[in-house]
Amino acid sequence: MRPQGRAETQSLYFDYPQFKAPEDRKHLEGRARVAIVGAGPVGMTAALALAREGIASVLLDAKSTFNDGSRAICVSRSSFYILQRLGVVAPFLDKALGWTTGRSFYRGQQILEFDMPDGPDEKYRPMYNIQQQYIEQFLWDAIAREPLIETRWQSTVEGIEDRDGGLCLTVRDPQSVYKMTADWVLAADGARSAIRKMRGLRLKGENYEGRYVIADVQMAHDYPTIRRALFDPDCRRGGTVLVHKQPDDIWRIDYQLRDDEDADAAIAETTVRASVQAVLDDLGYDGTWDLEWWSIYSANTLALDDYRDGRVFFIGDSAHIVPIFGVRGLNNGLADAQNIAWKLARVLDGRAQDALLESYSPERRGATLDVFANASKSARFMTPPTPGWQLMRDAALSLALRHPFAGQLANPRQMTPYTYSDSPITEMDDVGFNGGPLPGAVLPEVRVHSGYLTDLLGSGFTLVTCSTAISEAVSHDELTNVVIPTGSAVDMALQLGADGAYLIRPDMHVASRWTKATAAQVMAALARNHGDLT
Amino acid sequence: MTEIDIERVYDALATTLDSLTADKRDLFLAKIALLLAHELGDADRICDLIAEAARTSPD
Ligand SMILES: Cc1cc2nc3c(=O)[nH]c(=O)nc-3n(C[C@H](O)[C@H](O)[C@H](O)COP(=O)(O)OP(=O)(O)OC[C@H]3O[C@@H](n4cnc5c(N)ncnc54)[C@H](O)[C@@H]3O)c2cc1C
Repeated sequence: MRPQGRAETQSLYFDYPQFKAPEDRKHLEGRARVAIVGAGPVGMTAALALAREGIASVLLDAKSTFNDGSRAICVSRSSFYILQRLGVVAPFLDKALGWTTGRSFYRGQQILEFDMPDGPDEKYRPMYNIQQQYIEQFLWDAIAREPLIETRWQSTVEGIEDRDGGLCLTVRDPQSVYKMTADWVLAADGARSAIRKMRGLRLKGENYEGRYVIADVQMAHDYPTIRRALFDPDCRRGGTVLVHKQPDDIWRIDYQLRDDEDADAAIAETTVRASVQAVLDDLGYDGTWDLEWWSIYSANTLALDDYRDGRVFFIGDSAHIVPIFGVRGLNNGLADAQNIAWKLARVLDGRAQDALLESYSPERRGATLDVFANASKSARFMTPPTPGWQLMRDAALSLALRHPFAGQLANPRQMTPYTYSDSPITEMDDVGFNGGPLPGAVLPEVRVHSGYLTDLLGSGFTLVTCSTAISEAVSHDELTNVVIPTGSAVDMALQLGADGAYLIRPDMHVASRWTKATAAQVMAALARNHGDLT
Repeated sequence: MTEIDIERVYDALATTLDSLTADKRDLFLAKIALLLAHELGDADRICDLIAEAARTSPD
């Protein structure tokens, strides 16, 4: 929502573009290999990831511009790697504010300062703040340069039917209603997914009690990019407030509503202004500010049982809704897009078997359930659901001032990427390893000369080893071989030893690892990661 | 811990609880539970004791 007198996309700092419906109409009914429904951040990322693999797609969106409002603002390190691999990270690095530190306050006193893991070995900061419309803008700038992506704005998908070994979509735009067929559909149509409903599927899970208002204000507030959590502050007794800095002097004020507060009244402009002012008073900010945008949400943990339905894959919010304290909604969606794209591209161009696609749902749904577990823990701390949780939370907070151990209970769970240990393509670990990332885990970053380990990875699969012999024994169209000096930092981090090797997937997860690698093992793992599950 | 020692603790808890208004007693008990747990440092043992304390007494 925006202040009275301003249109939905009339922002204090961002010019929303206006996109037209397709003008050239001759080809609209042609067959597409992949149709992506929804050009939000997740749909756009999927289109770019497919294009990087050489696969063309048609990207459809009902709207004529980006999502309104800043929405998701925390982009994690793992998402920066996705953006890097898409070749679009530069504008994000220019604009976003990196951060590592969080501070928690209880009744005005600081009780905890925590740092997320970071250091000279890390290429990216653990977290970056940037408004969602910039995320969409930067992705769009890359899409506009990409001939393999055909975007159709103002185009609403109203029907979906299985037909001719593909899917027949009914599309409505301002000029007509037409049908088009696609071999595969990626449903990136958001939390209220029409595709999900038309396929007769439902999200399942829990709704939490807590309701939050998120308000963005523009002000010249002098405070570093540190996430502040205010527990039981003067401005909101019994509630929790989060404060985040964003680019362009925009600040996110996120405050919890009391049980007795009426949602409609709470989002009236005058109420929002008064509530924000009270928070700013607590923060000691006495300057002027402008109200930019606000919204209300509640914490849900909802997901589809299966992220695949025949030739339709659900990615992003259409597949899962997570509470935002975990800042995983958008980040998880970007990982969904990257995951399905490298697999689907390989199936489409015949490099991989269909069975590879069976790994998408277990991997990405597993990641969602992991977020649910962590998010439920933080939700219980931020918004205690019952008297028992409330009492223990308050006890921890009031001890935290003098006892650091109690303050640690207020530490939000870290954003460690999920390990795909239950995936059909992840192999059993080699028990000989003593450290290093497990199969299914993300490759850790390591400094290499003036660069980083991840800079050495190929665009497909990568074999990392210290052994020239192993490297020379294996070759595959998809494989980049990286030989690491014995005793180097990478050797130590991965515990490679003389004959060890890691096979890294296109999404930087470890496919397999061996303490004594043979060419046959590496080739078998590569086959498995191309859908040969026998 | 001797009988005398445990009695001292018992007395201290009782007098502290009495010095608090009713609405502060729960919070105090929760805090002392966390502090004692942290000192004891054995999560399994503490969880067993939590279960023990939750057993309804035969009265
Ligand atoms: C008001 C609001 C506030 C939020 N705040 C936060 C926050 O503070 N932190 C956080 O982490 N996350 C937040 N989120 C969530 C975050 O914005 C989402 O996780 C993220 O946008 C998901 O991206 P997506 O691409 O999956 O879906 P969306 O961004 O929702 O994109 C879906 C797209 O599909 C299009 N579409 C829908 N139906 C059709 C159809 N039938 N045909 C064609 N196109 C269609 C829509 O027009 C839209 O562009 C917020 C969301 C909302 C709505």
